Amino acid sequence: MTSESVIREPLVTGGKTVHDVTEDISRRVEEKPTRLWMIAMAISLGLLAVGAYTVFLLLWNGVGMWGLNKTVGWAWDITNFVWWVGIGHAGTLISAILLLFRQRWRMSINRAAEAMTIFAVICALQFPILHTGRPWLAIYWMFPLPNTFGSLWVNFNSPLLWDVFAISTYFLVSLIFWYIGLIPDFATIRDRAKNGISKRIYGALSFGWDGAAKTWSRYETVALVLAGLATPLVLSVHTIVSMDFATSVIPGWHTTIFPPYFVAGAIFSGFAMVLTLMIVTRKVYKLEDYITIQHLEMMNIVIIITGSIVGVAYLTELFIAWYSGVEAEQYAFLNRATGPYWWAYAAMMTCNVVSPQLFWFKKIRTNIAATFVLSIIVNIGMWFERFVIIVTSLHRDFLPSSWAMFYPTFVDVGVYVFTFGLFFTAFFLFAKFFPVINMAEVKSIIKISGEKTK
Amino acid sequence: MSNSKFILGVYEEEDILLLAIKNVRAAGVKIHEVYSPFPVHGIDDVLGYKRSKLSIAAFMFGLLGTSLALTLQVGMMGFDWPMIIGGKDFIPYPSFVPVIFELTVLLAAYGMCFTFFIISDLKPWAKPRIFDLRITDDKHVMAIDLDKNHLDVGKLDKLLKDSGASEVNQKNFDDV
Repeated sequence: MTSESVIREPLVTGGKTVHDVTEDISRRVEEKPTRLWMIAMAISLGLLAVGAYTVFLLLWNGVGMWGLNKTVGWAWDITNFVWWVGIGHAGTLISAILLLFRQRWRMSINRAAEAMTIFAVICALQFPILHTGRPWLAIYWMFPLPNTFGSLWVNFNSPLLWDVFAISTYFLVSLIFWYIGLIPDFATIRDRAKNGISKRIYGALSFGWDGAAKTWSRYETVALVLAGLATPLVLSVHTIVSMDFATSVIPGWHTTIFPPYFVAGAIFSGFAMVLTLMIVTRKVYKLEDYITIQHLEMMNIVIIITGSIVGVAYLTELFIAWYSGVEAEQYAFLNRATGPYWWAYAAMMTCNVVSPQLFWFKKIRTNIAATFVLSIIVNIGMWFERFVIIVTSLHRDFLPSSWAMFYPTFVDVGVYVFTFGLFFTAFFLFAKFFPVINMAEVKSIIKISGEKTK
Repeated sequence: MSNSKFILGVYEEEDILLLAIKNVRAAGVKIHEVYSPFPVHGIDDVLGYKRSKLSIAAFMFGLLGTSLALTLQVGMMGFDWPMIIGGKDFIPYPSFVPVIFELTVLLAAYGMCFTFFIISDLKPWAKPRIFDLRITDDKHVMAIDLDKNHLDVGKLDKLLKDSGASEVNQKNFDDV
C-alpha cells in the first residue's frame, strides 16, 4: 500500500511487532515505581516545597520581595515567563506542524513533547498570575468579566491582554489535542489492567474507547483539523508575547523583527528541552528502539536551523540599530554588548549562536552525550537572551540620573525554583502513569517503517 | 438492543483485513463494525463510510468564536464603557485581531472536539462493548450482528475463515 524510499532508515528498530509496542510502553505504566523514580520525585517535590515557601513569602509581603526597582520594573518574572512559554512551543509544533508535513518521526516523541508543553505553559502562567500580587483578584484584571466597578472592562488595545488570550487558548488547545491522542492508549491500558482500581481509572480516562473504524475515521479528521488550527496558534503565541515588547517605546524592544525572531527562538529552546527530557527518558525506560539516533538527529537539525535564524536576528538588530541613525537605539545595543551586562550578552551569543553550530558535524549531532550537553547549553542561552532583552534595555533608561542595576533576591530565585519543582513533578507523574509514547500511532507505522518489514 | 449475538472474525494484518471486508461485503453480509488498535489506512472506503463532517462543525464553531470576540470587544470598548486610550478610536479594529484569532481557534477546537465526543459516545462514564480485549493491543476484529443477517453461524464462520480470519469467535451481549 504505502511504499517508502529504500534508503530511509527504519523509525522503529529492534524488529518490534505491534504487540511488542503495547508491551514495551504499557509495562512502564503497570510496573511498580522504581527506586530511581522515587528519588527523582523526592528531589522535585523538594524543589517544589522550597519554591512554595518563597511564593508564600511573595504573596504575604507583596511583589516588593522581588529585586525590582523604579528603573528595572521587569526582570526575572517576565524573563522566566517568556522562557517557559518558549519551551512550551516544541510539543504542539511537533504534533501539529509535523503532522501536516507528514513527518513520521514525530510519532515516537509527540506524546512526551506535548506533555512537556503543557507543563511548561503551566509554569509560565505562574509568573503573570503571581506578579499581580493578589492573584485572587487577578481574574478581573485579566479577563473581561462583569465586576462591581461599574463594568469597567479590560483594555483590548493592550498586548498584555492579548497575551492572556493567546496563552490560555494555547494551553487549552494543546491540552485537548494531547488528551485526544491519549484516549486510545488509555483504552489499551484499561484492557490490560489486572486490578479493579486501575481498570476503573483508565476506563474513565479512556472515555469508553472501543476502537471502532467509524470512531477512528472521525478521530483522524479531528486530529488533522486540530493540527491545522494549532499550527497558526503556535506561531501566534510567541508573536503576541513578542508584542509585549515590540509595541512599547523602549529602544531595544520596539523592533519589527521581534515576532519571527521570538518564534524561532521559542522553537529553538523547545526542541532543546525536548531533547534534554527525551534523552533521559529513553535511557531510563530503555526506549532506544523507539527514540532512535535518527530521531535525535532530526531534532538537532531543527536546532541548527532555528539557532541560526536566532543568530541572524541578533545581527539584524545590531545592523538596524546602526543603520537607523537613532542615538538612543544605537546606545541600547552598544550597552548590551559592552555595558555592565556584557557577560549576559556574551553568554547568550555563545550558547545560542556559536555552540549549536557544532551540530553541523554529523559525529556531534548523532552523539548522545554531546546532544544532551548542548541541549542544556541552549536553554541556558535562551534564558540569557530574554534576560538581556528585558533587563539591559531597561536598566539605562532615558534619564541617566535614574540608571540602575538589577540584583535578584532569594525570592526571585525561589519562585524560579518553584516552577522547576512544578515542571519536574508533573513530568515525572506523567512518565509514570501515562504512556510516554503514542502507542496507536507507532503501531500504525510498524509495517511501513519497522525494521522487520523494511 | 438486548440479547445481541455477534460473530467475530479476528485478523492479524491490516492488508488481509481490508481484503476480507471487501469479500464479506461482496457476499452480501452486513458488517456491524470493525475494531482496530490503530487507524487503518483506507478502511473507510472499503466499509463504505462517508468522510466525517466534523471539519464543517469546526468551521461553524470557529465562526461563532469570531463573532463572539468581535461582539465582546466592540460592545465593551465601543458602547458599554468607551475610553480614550492613546488617542485611538473607541473601536480600533486592528487591536481586536489577536483576540478574534484566539477565540476563533479556541471555539473551533473545543466545539469540534466536544461534537466528536458526543457523536462517538465518548465520555468518562461510558460502558463500551468490548468485543475482544486484544482489539486495543494488536488484533483487528470484524463484528457481524447475527440478527441482522440471514446467513447462519456455520456459513458465516466459513466465510470469515476463508477471508483470512485467524480465529472466529462468538460473543453475546445481554446488557444495554
